[in-house]
Amino acid sequence: MTDTLSTATDEKAPPQTPRQRSAARMADAAGGRLRWLVLKIVMLAIVDAVALYAVFVLFLHNEWLVLTLVTAVTILVNWIYFSRKQIPAKYLTPGIILLVVFQIFTLSYTAYIGLTNYGTGHNGSKDQAIASLMRSSLVRVEDSPTFDVTVVERVGELGLLVTDPTDGEASLGTNLKPLEPVDATMEGGKAVAVDGWTTLTFADVLARSNEVEELAVPYTDDPNDGAIRTQDGQKGYLYTSTLVYDASADTMTDTTTGTVYTDDGEGAFTSESGEQLLPGWQVFVGFDNFVRALTDTTIRGPLLAVTAWTFVFAIVSVATTFFLGLLLAMLFQNTRMRFKNGYRIMLILPYAFPAFLSALIWAGMMNKSFGFINQVLLGGAEIGWLTDPWIAKFSVLLVNLWLGFPYMFLVCMGALQGIPEEVNEAGVMDGASPWQIFRRIKLPLLLVTVTPLLIASFAFNFNNFNLIYMLTGGGPRFEDTAIPAGHTDLLISMVYKVAFTGQNRDYGLASAFTILIFIVVAVIAVISFRKTKALEELN
Amino acid sequence: MAPSPRAERPVRRRPFGKWFADTGWRHLVAIVVSAFAIFPLLYVLSASLNPSGTLTGTNQLFSAVGIDSYVRILTDPQIPYPQWFLNTMIVALITGFTMVFIGALAAYAFSRMRFTGRRVGLITIVVVQMFPQMLAVVAIFLMFSSISDWFPAIGLNTLSGLILIYLGGALGVNTYLMYGFFNTIPKELDEAAKIDGAGHARIFFTIILRLVAPILAVVGLLSFIGIVNEYMIASVLLIDPDKQTLVVGLTKLVSNPRYADWSGFAAGAVMAAIPVVIVFLLLQRYIVGGLTAGATKG
Repeated sequence: MTDTLSTATDEKAPPQTPRQRSAARMADAAGGRLRWLVLKIVMLAIVDAVALYAVFVLFLHNEWLVLTLVTAVTILVNWIYFSRKQIPAKYLTPGIILLVVFQIFTLSYTAYIGLTNYGTGHNGSKDQAIASLMRSSLVRVEDSPTFDVTVVERVGELGLLVTDPTDGEASLGTNLKPLEPVDATMEGGKAVAVDGWTTLTFADVLARSNEVEELAVPYTDDPNDGAIRTQDGQKGYLYTSTLVYDASADTMTDTTTGTVYTDDGEGAFTSESGEQLLPGWQVFVGFDNFVRALTDTTIRGPLLAVTAWTFVFAIVSVATTFFLGLLLAMLFQNTRMRFKNGYRIMLILPYAFPAFLSALIWAGMMNKSFGFINQVLLGGAEIGWLTDPWIAKFSVLLVNLWLGFPYMFLVCMGALQGIPEEVNEAGVMDGASPWQIFRRIKLPLLLVTVTPLLIASFAFNFNNFNLIYMLTGGGPRFEDTAIPAGHTDLLISMVYKVAFTGQNRDYGLASAFTILIFIVVAVIAVISFRKTKALEELN
Repeated sequence: MAPSPRAERPVRRRPFGKWFADTGWRHLVAIVVSAFAIFPLLYVLSASLNPSGTLTGTNQLFSAVGIDSYVRILTDPQIPYPQWFLNTMIVALITGFTMVFIGALAAYAFSRMRFTGRRVGLITIVVVQMFPQMLAVVAIFLMFSSISDWFPAIGLNTLSGLILIYLGGALGVNTYLMYGFFNTIPKELDEAAKIDGAGHARIFFTIILRLVAPILAVVGLLSFIGIVNEYMIASVLLIDPDKQTLVVGLTKLVSNPRYADWSGFAAGAVMAAIPVVIVFLLLQRYIVGGLTAGATKG
């Protein structure tokens, strides 16, 4: 280690002249820091290259906000790692970037979605909804000219290369981009290829015939002008929509029935009789979702029932697993007991086995008609372990006891070892019974160590999605509710079901639930921190 | 589970009453609870060896023994089990490793350096972690739908996107746990190295990382197990059967109990669990230490 010269510069970094800095740099290089420097430059070069690519792609998509953010973060990262100060930042930056993007941003985004009507039928912008409505009602124009078309592809996206039958000009468009004139390779008066795109062979067209038939390339910017569609990838025809959008009046008119649909302000075109055209689009609805969650009785009922059960489940799970684990740990304190290691390995196996597999296995064993428990253990009984509301709750708790007690067993063994034997001896001297020693001395000492773990375990069970989803799927379902929730659903599995299962995905409502849960979790967190002062040791 | 009343088993020991009062009852409880713990695992092993694929067919434990279902699940083109296994290992290993590394970097800064925002940073990390990432699954899904349009390589239906989301939790309880462990390493070691001319990076990579290896192993293992078990985000993000992880794939295999390929599932479960169980049993002593320092199964 010869580079003592440079060491002081890292931590204190007094103001330096340029000459001093270059001298320090040379000393660094001489002292074997060259490898670190090269490594650092290589890593940063990779980061910058990726960022440059990202900026390029975002530029092509006109995503200016994201582009600005990416640029700013990249510059910041370069500055941090080339700076001679900012040492803590060098260690914290990777984690913080990931935390901000994938946790803090998603959390804020969740709050935003909770204020919109995002979900099935409302998942895009108004322009997309208009385009989609008109595409869904396209009919072929009688006596329209026949266009020669060629199906082309670029990075998975299909496009149509269209030759105009009147002037022979070639133009290109996709589902999203209207036809625009291009310089194409012509063959027998038909445009067959264009730079940057791959022409699909006849076999390709056949293989992707569904996609080809779905193609509807807008004729012009105005959706009322219709679109070119093709059945066989050879001939195209002009189709126009039976819906006509009037931009100035902001209405949709169905030309076949004459019904006029107007923007109802809630993200859909609605006729006077109240009929909605779907898909609609995403709009800001303020606190509607929250109001619905708390006042609509078909939602509030299940929400309250699920919230109550979530607390019962989490508390009972922590209590049962802890007491069984503690009992076993104390059992094993006996030094004369044989075969302890053998028992211990058997007892912790449920913890080692992947929990989602265990839950599915229990679901199989508890099946009402074919399961092992009813068929074999109970000789053909028909007990609805997972289908009766109360028994299902019991089953969930039983399986969670199975899953959770080994963890508590391990924890209690560790914690009991930390309690000195003198405590016991002193108790015996004072004439205390074993139960008194346990109740008055050992348990309080043990709780000091394990309370943070019990809180963590409560938090884990509060959100124990896997167990519920794999074992009962939340069922049996509540009757007469507007949301797919059931008697054993926890808040988190209910959110998942509202958002991702069933015919109607309601992202807005699910996100509103999420924010409500977050408030509950945050309150519990604050209270438990106050109580345990877990952060007191931070200085 | 209370000890059952049928306690009078013939145990050949002379002063039976005294032996039973002292250790005998302990064996009794241990046996009962061990049976409770082991039974579902024996059942799944038996089911995996049973060639008749249905749930009912597997009820007679070890009535038929064969490896048909193992062969079936490994070779059936409809069930890309080897691919699921590979995907799970890729995601869990890369995430576990990177998570530990990023977490250790942060723990080093928090433990060894004093800077403005340190206390607030530590508290933020713990509090944000209270909000489970999977609750934001809707936002994650919508965010990745947009990312798919710009960068398909990390968008929906990619393992790299899934890894990135999981890494969002790299700073969190794990960092907090490591921070506690880093604090137990005497600072005099760093100072001695500094006097010998080592910079902060050299101290971190060549001295500290070696000394904290046990906690890195524990955190890595717990993250690994947590990721192997993660269903919610993986099921939303991974669409094609070929891209899915074991959790998502195997769950679909038995989602309808009537038509479930039960023994195939059991065989898949046994193969998926064996490596995890072995590693777990080998490292269990370290894990006990790590757990009592504040981790949780998750």
